[in-house]
Amino acid sequence: MKISISLAAALACVAGIAAAEPVAPAEVQYDEYGAVAQSLTGVAGDPANGKVIMGTKSKGNCVSCHAAAGLAEFPFHGEVGPVLDGVGDRWNEAEMRGIVANAKMTYEGTIMPAFYKTEGYIRPGDAYTGKAPTEPLGPLLSAQDIEDVVAFLLTLKE
Amino acid sequence: MTKLNKSKALIAMGLAVSSFALASVAGAEGHGAAPLVINGDIEIVTNTAAPAHMENISTIQSGWEFRTPDTQDLQRDDFDNPGMLGVDDARETWATVEGSEGKSCASCHGEPETLAGVKAVYPKWNEDAGEVRTIEMQINACRTENMGAEAYGYSDGAMTDMSALISSVSRGLPVNVAIDGPAQATWEQGKELYYTRTGQLELSCANCHEDNYDNLIRADHLSQGQINGFPVYRLNNAKLNSVHDRFKGCVRDTRAETYKPGSPEFVALELYVASRGNGLSVEGPSVRN
Ligand code: HEC
Ligand code: HEC
Repeated sequence: MKISISLAAALACVAGIAAAEPVAPAEVQYDEYGAVAQSLTGVAGDPANGKVIMGTKSKGNCVSCHAAAGLAEFPFHGEVGPVLDGVGDRWNEAEMRGIVANAKMTYEGTIMPAFYKTEGYIRPGDAYTGKAPTEPLGPLLSAQDIEDVVAFLLTLKE
Repeated sequence: MTKLNKSKALIAMGLAVSSFALASVAGAEGHGAAPLVINGDIEIVTNTAAPAHMENISTIQSGWEFRTPDTQDLQRDDFDNPGMLGVDDARETWATVEGSEGKSCASCHGEPETLAGVKAVYPKWNEDAGEVRTIEMQINACRTENMGAEAYGYSDGAMTDMSALISSVSRGLPVNVAIDGPAQATWEQGKELYYTRTGQLELSCANCHEDNYDNLIRADHLSQGQINGFPVYRLNNAKLNSVHDRFKGCVRDTRAETYKPGSPEFVALELYVASRGNGLSVEGPSVRN
């Protein structure tokens, strides 16, 4: 018990440092192909958490559009985007970060939502309530969520 | 209703052997299913050539084609179509005197069947009012101006039932809304809305219903988002749903601030979306999941 509490405290501490540092959505540097070289948090991504984010409806909900064998534990994969098997062979870390943070910088006009962006929307709402937001919008995923998802995607090799 | 379904199911079981071969050829959903004929009588066109004004789709398809055979079958007979209960309720309302003028709908229109053909051309420009009107707006105009009765809320149950009754007597007739003349500006506005990417997900109607129909989005099989089948009885919420309620749900799902049912924006969008179905049969009340 004691151990796990101090562990939690240590983790919270790391998270606290990370939270103070992340690159803000408007500050992210995309190169001309849409890649983002710099980590958004400086903290290595956790692929296990990235997988959960991709399969969870209230988080990335990536499976609503993408299928992947590695996400089989989450039922009902969509067909709107490409199958993600082998995606770790197709893109390097910087390119993957760019696609997840704002795929529109890689694929002009893509249907894929920008997950690390907070402005430039038409009639944005307060999540799925259909109402106008009462507070400034946050990005769809946090900086560390993006890093975790990128880490998981890089494991999807053929 | 349940009893009826049961005896129907037994009859269906008898037929199952012969239809099995057909079903396995047809595959899971859509195109292969037997064409939709309601009550063995009303033939419904569920796919046809797109109207000339459509730029990116060559064949238009009713949402019926994208549903499972079980859901499709609920529309083949009015006794199985739960949306017809709303139509029955509206038939009673139709003949009920309400308001200061001592009139019912029947006082002016006779039987509901006299309105056959009306739904097919709505939304429609109203010269006196100087606006494009949906069926719901027309129902309220009759209530307030001709009957001296109170307006219904735009998506009230009684309103959607009445709209279902008016649609039901036009079933089988081709949708044919006018998009030129005085309606053109409203139609253009609706088209603009159809292609505008809203909300934090930045999705337009076209992203889902033009670019991705026939694809799964999570567990949902995307249709072309046609409205020839409205009002729609949804098995998910077990009631008749108005066009504007459906629009509201789809816009909400883009993480956007929605427009209100009955708003000028949704009226314009309805005219535009209806025009994308010109040539399909009026099918409402239909059944969807
Ligand atoms: C609304 C649909 C949609 C959602 C939601 C979505 N994507 Fe995509 N994604 C696409 C499409 C479409 C493409 C292909 C790019 C294009 O051609 O527009 C794509 C491309 C990709 C690629 C490159 C694939 C390849 O084969 O090279 C990756 C990686 C990716 N998405 C990851 C994600 C992740 C991670 C999430 C969730 C955090 C996500 N996507 C959510 C539609 C979506
Ligand atoms: C994120 C994807 C998405 C977007 C964006 C979207 N819809 Fe839908 N829509 C759906 C899904 C899923 C369904 C249920 C399956 C089906 O019928 O296509 C649906 C159903 C419908 C239906 C019911 C069709 C029927 O036959 O019952 C209509 C009408 C419709 N949408 C219109 C629209 C309009 C108009 C817009 C834009 C204002 C829009 N949708 C935007 C996903 C979307």
